[in-house]
Amino acid sequence: MEATINNENFYQYKGKHKGILGWLLTTDHKRIGIMYLAAMITFFVVAMFIGFFMRLELLTPGQTLMKPEVYNALFTLHGVIMIFLFIVPGLPAVFGNFFLPIMIGAKDVSFPRLNLLSWYLYMAGAILAVVSLFTGGGLPDTGWTFYVPYSIRSTSNVSTALFAAFILGFSSIVTGLNFIVTIHRLRCKGMTWFKMPLFVWGLYSTAWIQILATPVVGITLLLVIFERFFGIGVFDPALGGDPILFQHLFWIYSHPAVYIMILPAMGLVSEIIPTFAKKTIFGYGPIAMSSLAIAFVGYLVWGHHMFTSGISDTSRAIFSLLTFIVAIPSGIKIFNWIATLYKGSIEVRTPLIFVMVFIFVFSIGGLTGLVLGSLNTDIHVTDTYYVVAHFHYVMFGGMGTLFFGGLHYWFPKMFGKMFNEKVANFSVVLFMIGFNILYFPMFIMGYLGMPRRYYDFLPEFQIYHQISTIGSWVLVTAILIMIINLIVALKNGKKAGSDPWGGTTLEWTIPSPPPLENFDIEPEVTKGPYDRV
Amino acid sequence: MEQHDTQHKEHKNTGYGIYILVWLGLVSLTLITVSLAGFNLAGLTVVTALLIASVKSTMVINYFMHIKYESVLFKVFIAICIIIFLVMIILTFFDLTYRPEILTK
Repeated sequence: MEATINNENFYQYKGKHKGILGWLLTTDHKRIGIMYLAAMITFFVVAMFIGFFMRLELLTPGQTLMKPEVYNALFTLHGVIMIFLFIVPGLPAVFGNFFLPIMIGAKDVSFPRLNLLSWYLYMAGAILAVVSLFTGGGLPDTGWTFYVPYSIRSTSNVSTALFAAFILGFSSIVTGLNFIVTIHRLRCKGMTWFKMPLFVWGLYSTAWIQILATPVVGITLLLVIFERFFGIGVFDPALGGDPILFQHLFWIYSHPAVYIMILPAMGLVSEIIPTFAKKTIFGYGPIAMSSLAIAFVGYLVWGHHMFTSGISDTSRAIFSLLTFIVAIPSGIKIFNWIATLYKGSIEVRTPLIFVMVFIFVFSIGGLTGLVLGSLNTDIHVTDTYYVVAHFHYVMFGGMGTLFFGGLHYWFPKMFGKMFNEKVANFSVVLFMIGFNILYFPMFIMGYLGMPRRYYDFLPEFQIYHQISTIGSWVLVTAILIMIINLIVALKNGKKAGSDPWGGTTLEWTIPSPPPLENFDIEPEVTKGPYDRV
Repeated sequence: MEQHDTQHKEHKNTGYGIYILVWLGLVSLTLITVSLAGFNLAGLTVVTALLIASVKSTMVINYFMHIKYESVLFKVFIAICIIIFLVMIILTFFDLTYRPEILTK
C-alpha cells in the first residue's frame, strides 16, 4: 500500500474514473455505503411524506384529502418502500458496507465487485417499484404483504411490484454472502471471533438470515407472478391451491426479516453504550451468542402472523409457545446493556440519547409483542391498529431510531465533520415526543376495535386519530430538523478528529474520513474491542 | 491476513476412478427409484423415495462438491442450512397435517 495514496481520504482519491463515474463504478466499500445512504434517505423521506398524507386523510371521518383507492395505494407504497427499501437493507447496506471491513481491520469486503452489483440490484428493484406505480393497471393496492388470493385477482399493477421485491431480495442475498465471507476470511491479525466488535456479530447473524430466508420469499413472489399470468394453481383456492401456504412461505422470510432489521441495530447499541459509558461492555459473550440465538429462533416463530388465518390448532399452540422463546435472548441483551451503563462514567451525547430512546420505545414494542404472540389475546387485536402500533414501535422505534442514531454516531467518521449537537439533541427529544403521540393512541384504538388499513372510521375513534395525526406533524418536524442539521454539518461542520467520542474499536484509530484502503499498515489486535487499558 | 482454521486447504487428488464410481452409484440409485415406483409401498412410498434421494444428494455433496475434503466449517455451514430447511418443512407440515381437524369441526 503506498503512503502517497493513503494521505488522501477516500473522497479525494482520484482513481481510474472521475466525477460521477468515480462513484457509479467504484468498488470501494465506503463509497458504496455512502451511495446506499443517499438512496435510502431519499426513499425514507418519500415514504415518510406518504405516511404523513395518510395521517392527514385520517384527521376526519369520510373523505378528507383523497379517494379510498388512492389511500389503499398509498399504504401499500408506504409499506413497500419502508420495508423493502429502507428498514430491511438499511443498517447492513449503509453502515455494514462502510464499517464492517474497517472494524475487522480489512481493506475492503471479500467481493468488492459483487458489492457494487448489490447496489445496482437494489436501485433496479427500487426503480421497478416506482415504474409499477405509473404503468399497467395502476398503483398496487395489496399492502406490502401481497396476500393471496387478492394479489392474484387484483387488476392493479401487482406483478411489477412483486418482481421489484424479488430483485431487492437478490441484492440482500448478495450482500449477506459478501459479509459472511468477509468476516470469515479477512479478519486482521489477532482479530479472533471473540475480539470482533458486537456490531460485526450483529451483521454476521443478519447475513445468515439474508442468505437462508430471502430465497424463500423470492420464489414465493415469483410463484404469485406465475399464478397471475398462467393460473398454475399453487395458491389460488379456485384452482385447488392453498392460500395459507402463501402466508407460510411469506412469513418464513418476513418474520426472520424482522431480525434482519433489528440485529444490526442491537449490534449498534452494543457499540454506542461502551463508548459513552467509558467502560468495557458487560457480557460480551452472551450478547454475541444472543445475536446468533435470535437469528436461529427467528426461524421458528413465523406462524404467529397467521393465528387467525385458519392454520391448525396444534400449529397455533406450537408457534405461540416458540414465540415466547425470542424474549430470552432479547432480554439478555437489554440486561447486559443496562449492566454496562451501571457505574459507568456516562457521557450524555447525541448517539447515547438515541440509544435511550431506542431502549424505551423498543421495550414498549417488545412487551406489546407478547400480547400478539399470546394466542388468545392476539385473536382480539389481530388486524387492528394495535398491530400497526406494535409494528411501528418495534420497526421504526427499533431500527429507524438506531439508523439515525448510527448516522449521528458515525457521521464524524464518515464525513470528517461534526454536527451541531444542541440541535441534534433537540431533534431527538422532539422525535421521541412526536413518535409517542403518533403511535401510542393506535394501541388504544386498536384495542377498542379500529381495524388497520381502513380509509374511514366511526366517530368514536376520531379523537385518537386526531391525536395521532398531530403526532405525525411533530415527528416529521423532528426528522426534518435532524436531516437538515446533518446537511448543514456536511457544509459548515467543524472538522472531526479521528476519535471524537472516545471509541475503542478499530474505526476510531484511523483518520476521519478514512483513507482509501482504510489502514496504512495492517492492524494487529491484542485486546478486546471495548478494553480501555 | 491471519491463517484461520477456515483457510482453504488443498484438495486431495482423488482421481477419476472415484467420480466414475459415484456416478455409477447415482445411476443405480435412480434405477432403483424408478423400479420401486412400480410397487405399491403404501405409506412408505414417499419415505423410500426421500431416503434414496438423500443418499444421492449426500454423494453429490461429498464428492462432486468436494465437501468431504473441506474443513469442518463448511460441513457446519451445510448442516445449518439442512437444519433450517428441516425446521421450515416440519413446522409447515404441522399445520397441514393437523388442519383437517379444524376443517371437520
